[in-house]
Amino acid sequence: MQIFPRSSNAIARASLVGLVFVVAVLSWVVLELERTPFITNQGVRKSQPVPFSHKHHVTGLGIDCRYCHTSVETSSFAGIPPTKTCINCHAQIWTNALYLEPVRESFRSGRSIEWARVNQLPNFVYFNHSIHINKGVGCNTCHGPIDQMQLTYQYASLQMEFCLDCHRAPEKYIRPRDQVFNMRYEPPMNDPLGKNDVFFNGHDYNDQIALGNALKDAYKVRSVKDITSCNTCHR
Amino acid sequence: MPSLGRDFRKSVELRTDSTMTTDEHNPKPVGSNGGASAGKDVCPTKRGKLDLRMVREQIENTTGPEYWRSLEELAGSEEFQEMLHREFPKGASEWLDDFSRRGFLKTMGASLALAGLTGCTKMPNTEIVPYVRQPEIVVPGRPMFYATAFTLGGYASPILVESHMFRPTKVEGNPQHPASLGGTDVYAQASILDLYDPDRAQDITYLGDVRSWNAFTVAARGALGVEKKIAGAGVRILTQTVSSPTLAAQIRDYLQTNPEARWHVYEPVNRDNVIEGAKLAFGEVVETRYDLSKADVIVSLDADFLYAGFPGFARYARDFAARRNPDANMNRLYVVESTPSSTGMKADHRLPVRAREIENFTRALAGSLGLNASGDGTSEPKIFLPALARDLLAHKGASVVIAGDQQPPAVHALVQAINQALGNVGQTVFYTDPVDANPISRSESVQSLVEDMRGDKVDLLLILGGNPAYDAPAELDFASVLKSNAVGLKIYLGTHRNETAELCQWHIPEATYLEAWSDARAYDGTVTIVQPLIEPLYGGKSAHEILAFLAGDGGSGRDRVEAYWQKQHTGPDFDGFWRKSLHDGWIEGTAYTPKNVTLKATTFAPSGSQAANGYEINFRRDPSVYDGRFSNNGWLQECPKPLTKLTWDNPVMIGPAMAERLKLNFKDVVEVDFNGKKVKGAVWIQAGHPDNSMTVFLGYGRERAGRLGTGRGYNIYPVRTSQAAWFGDGARLAATGETFNLASTQGYQTMETPDGSERPQVQERDLEEYRKEPDFAKEGEPAKELTLTKPWLFDYAKEAYSWGMAIDLNSCVGCNNCIVACQAENNIAVVGQEQTLRGRYMHWLRVDTYYNGPRENPKGFFQPVPCQQCENAPCELVCPVQATTHSSEGLNDMVYNRCVGTRYCSNNCPYKVRRFNFLLFQDWETPQFKLMRNPDVTIRSRGVMEKCTYCVQRISEHRIDAERADTLIRDGELQTACQQSCPANAIVFGNLNDPASQVNKWKAQARNYSLLGELNTRPRTTYLAEIRNPNPELEEAKAGSRS
Repeated sequence: MQIFPRSSNAIARASLVGLVFVVAVLSWVVLELERTPFITNQGVRKSQPVPFSHKHHVTGLGIDCRYCHTSVETSSFAGIPPTKTCINCHAQIWTNALYLEPVRESFRSGRSIEWARVNQLPNFVYFNHSIHINKGVGCNTCHGPIDQMQLTYQYASLQMEFCLDCHRAPEKYIRPRDQVFNMRYEPPMNDPLGKNDVFFNGHDYNDQIALGNALKDAYKVRSVKDITSCNTCHR
Repeated sequence: MPSLGRDFRKSVELRTDSTMTTDEHNPKPVGSNGGASAGKDVCPTKRGKLDLRMVREQIENTTGPEYWRSLEELAGSEEFQEMLHREFPKGASEWLDDFSRRGFLKTMGASLALAGLTGCTKMPNTEIVPYVRQPEIVVPGRPMFYATAFTLGGYASPILVESHMFRPTKVEGNPQHPASLGGTDVYAQASILDLYDPDRAQDITYLGDVRSWNAFTVAARGALGVEKKIAGAGVRILTQTVSSPTLAAQIRDYLQTNPEARWHVYEPVNRDNVIEGAKLAFGEVVETRYDLSKADVIVSLDADFLYAGFPGFARYARDFAARRNPDANMNRLYVVESTPSSTGMKADHRLPVRAREIENFTRALAGSLGLNASGDGTSEPKIFLPALARDLLAHKGASVVIAGDQQPPAVHALVQAINQALGNVGQTVFYTDPVDANPISRSESVQSLVEDMRGDKVDLLLILGGNPAYDAPAELDFASVLKSNAVGLKIYLGTHRNETAELCQWHIPEATYLEAWSDARAYDGTVTIVQPLIEPLYGGKSAHEILAFLAGDGGSGRDRVEAYWQKQHTGPDFDGFWRKSLHDGWIEGTAYTPKNVTLKATTFAPSGSQAANGYEINFRRDPSVYDGRFSNNGWLQECPKPLTKLTWDNPVMIGPAMAERLKLNFKDVVEVDFNGKKVKGAVWIQAGHPDNSMTVFLGYGRERAGRLGTGRGYNIYPVRTSQAAWFGDGARLAATGETFNLASTQGYQTMETPDGSERPQVQERDLEEYRKEPDFAKEGEPAKELTLTKPWLFDYAKEAYSWGMAIDLNSCVGCNNCIVACQAENNIAVVGQEQTLRGRYMHWLRVDTYYNGPRENPKGFFQPVPCQQCENAPCELVCPVQATTHSSEGLNDMVYNRCVGTRYCSNNCPYKVRRFNFLLFQDWETPQFKLMRNPDVTIRSRGVMEKCTYCVQRISEHRIDAERADTLIRDGELQTACQQSCPANAIVFGNLNDPASQVNKWKAQARNYSLLGELNTRPRTTYLAEIRNPNPELEEAKAGSRS
């Protein structure tokens, strides 16, 4: 008396193989899910109390990053401008604009504007703006085309692989210090006509890797094994 | 082998008598001693019954280990052997709470379902909240430091406080202040936690109901108006010791306008004896100050001057340790003491005698120094005293004799006479005006207050701080007088709603020193400005504000302090002077200049000695909670006390011989009977405790301390009278048959040497032996090249930095400061008594105490043990997820977010320095604690291993600053938290690749050795061996008596 038909042998074998497949697919799904904006918030435009446009202020008006982000060269934290910084100009212009009311209200009442945080790292990661600026990492290397953003969003995934990409080969990304705050900076692209060549220390660089290596020496960027030691970011 | 240190003996494992261990699984809860629930049967870490006979035999037969940490170890008990082999004490890694099958399945099911998803943590939405108008000095992300002062017993400890966005997070010593030179004490370090204590009183209350400040002023103004008409005849102000010139002036101003009002001063840990002693000797009250940097011979007569709470401790520890250098002119310390202290353990010669005998000893010493005094010495063989006297006479003008606060006035007067006779005055001993603004006898003052209260003479009692209802002398029965209707209006200013607050109508929350303006004098008289760093968290008021209200002129504390100094300032530019004083933290030129005083008498009447029937009882301030004021401070409660390593409790301390006679053992609860009052407490048998004597500790048994302090230990204040404030005779001790587990960490994390090696963890020699063989400590360490594998990933020599640390055992005075400093800097959790009993405490740095010699009077050694940052780190090899790896600068990094909690690393760590978050020990909820934490250090969660990082956050900060400035970190610029806080300069940290660095200089010394160096782990932390400087005369005598 047979309970299982003969075909169940095949099904059993197939399901064993299938199980491996299902586990693999599931793992792949989880890993991919990890990288999606759903988890990382990459590219997500958050609603803000004031629809502040970097595009208008940076590209339109030509205001330097450091006018608002004052501590970016001296501290780990770049700094979010106090209401007073907004009022410096907006006491004169757009004084009646409706969407600036929260700014005026903040200045009148002394209560801070509560911005939704856009770029955020986990609490066990310690990032320092000042040292990256100092070593020639441009603002838009991590923050992307911030000068084109109507509403600010997180450009990079800010996952560990994103950080390590540069920490393992900083020469791929770094630029001369005087170009760090230049939003229009373009790295050399091996252009035969020398269109994008970067001039540094008396040399014309046609190639980013060559430039990067020269900059690494000039700026004393620590070795890859130094900046990939765990305590560089985790403590 | 005649030399002491090398005479390693094979430890003989002896089984303890099995009948002695039968009741260990059934400890009964302690009834009336108020034991917290944690001491009950929750603890699997059974301290087995100790066979004291075995201990004695071990010593007599000299078969035990040379250096031992606890009497259990000495007895070679089974429990100890097991502790030695274990990574954590038994029970630390087991789940022993009740857990139903259903609950288990539920949890397991949920865990399995969620296991794969733990990585997918979606970033939470958070806000960024900038300033409206940002202060110019603020750079977000960078801390600021403000100079201020922490005050204990009236003496100011000058400090710098680190502030992150105006949140005080860490206390450091003020390196420019002569009373600190950068060192602090354990109480100042822990005061940050007191500020954020969520149990602090948060509202002004009247009979327990919340009221406004206005309601208070209306009520008090009425009473004050009535008093004004009768010149304040019914007003009494009770303060703690006041050294603040401003507050003293405020009170005196009030007393001037209300001449019938009275100012009383009380503190349970007071210096009445010092005050009376000075009056006896000089006819006036003077402050005695010592210069230990010039002292070749130091004699302490029951003075614990190397522990926090002794005025000037930070400076004395610095000066004392600086003179412990065996390669220079090393000092010699004699300690005669009635209860074992960390000072006694540092002594070259220590004589344990009962407190009452110290007067006799002092008289005999004075007599043999040619003074008009005589005593029959003590029961000790007549060797110690003559040798000591000869040593003192040989160092006239370069010696110092210090008497302890608990010794009677006659001893203090005699000691003044001895110092005069030795020509020390003006060399090592200085007399100045008293730091105390109102140097009256505390016990008399509080007594006259109680008499007035009983006599219905008090209409308005203003208690500014303190807790007299809990700690006033027993015979006064302060609490019931306060509770009665004898006093019309009772106003209490205090931080907590404690025993005293409960009995007063009005309770006004007090602002701590970090929230309010004040000033105070340091031990040398320097006026130190108390500058607040934060607005009062709970709207507290300071004593200055209350006094200003009393005077009717209002004004903030800042106004009062500034106005006072404006009046004192004679120069032209007050603003400049004031700004400089605030910046520096003290007012220049306010240190007292030494004054000339002459002895008024040469003979001093003996203190009344009672019949020596029964045992002597000694009352001592607790090393952690002081007089009870720090009861609710988890950092202090969990900080293992210097010798006993006890946490969260106070014991009844007795010596081993007495315990053997009374058949008492660890865990036994005894009843102390003194003056007809009885108190129950658990016994602690302490090696080196004088016989026929017991020591009890103040500050426990609190009824209203807060959630941490309430109901711990026993309260000894009901037994303590002003006649026997520090010691008394005729106490009795009786076993009750009950048992209680004291949470002591002594014996946890005991290090095991590999088989065949008996190299002690602490290396020690006498000065003479050291001179003959300076590099004795290195014996047994393998040569640098000796390794089978070459696991180095990095060529350390080529790096800019290689971090290393050296710890000088000779300097370490065991003050525990580093433990609490580390805890504050690195956001280390407090785990509580029950978890400590299970061995799950989290301190990254522990201070091991080792003993050597006879149990009646052993030598003691303190060894701070942080992570040794091994180059051949055994922990790294076994981590399956590489959560602990090596950095290029030689740090053994711990990556919390990678750690999955296998605990293989701690299992493989020979130093047992890794700590595991068995439970969620961090408080993630209480908002106050969120303000307190160091934002530069990750807050660890459950299931994560952690350990000392060499303060890698400080390294990163300094490295980044140096790189931006295109330089290297200069030597001495970067300090770890333990190093920075150390008053004795016992820890040095720095760059091993800088040949000129201090740490390299220390490591180049002959006495530098690696802990368990024979394992070839190549620790980056090394130790400088301890050298003792015994008196050759006494050494000969000892050798003679032995043969």
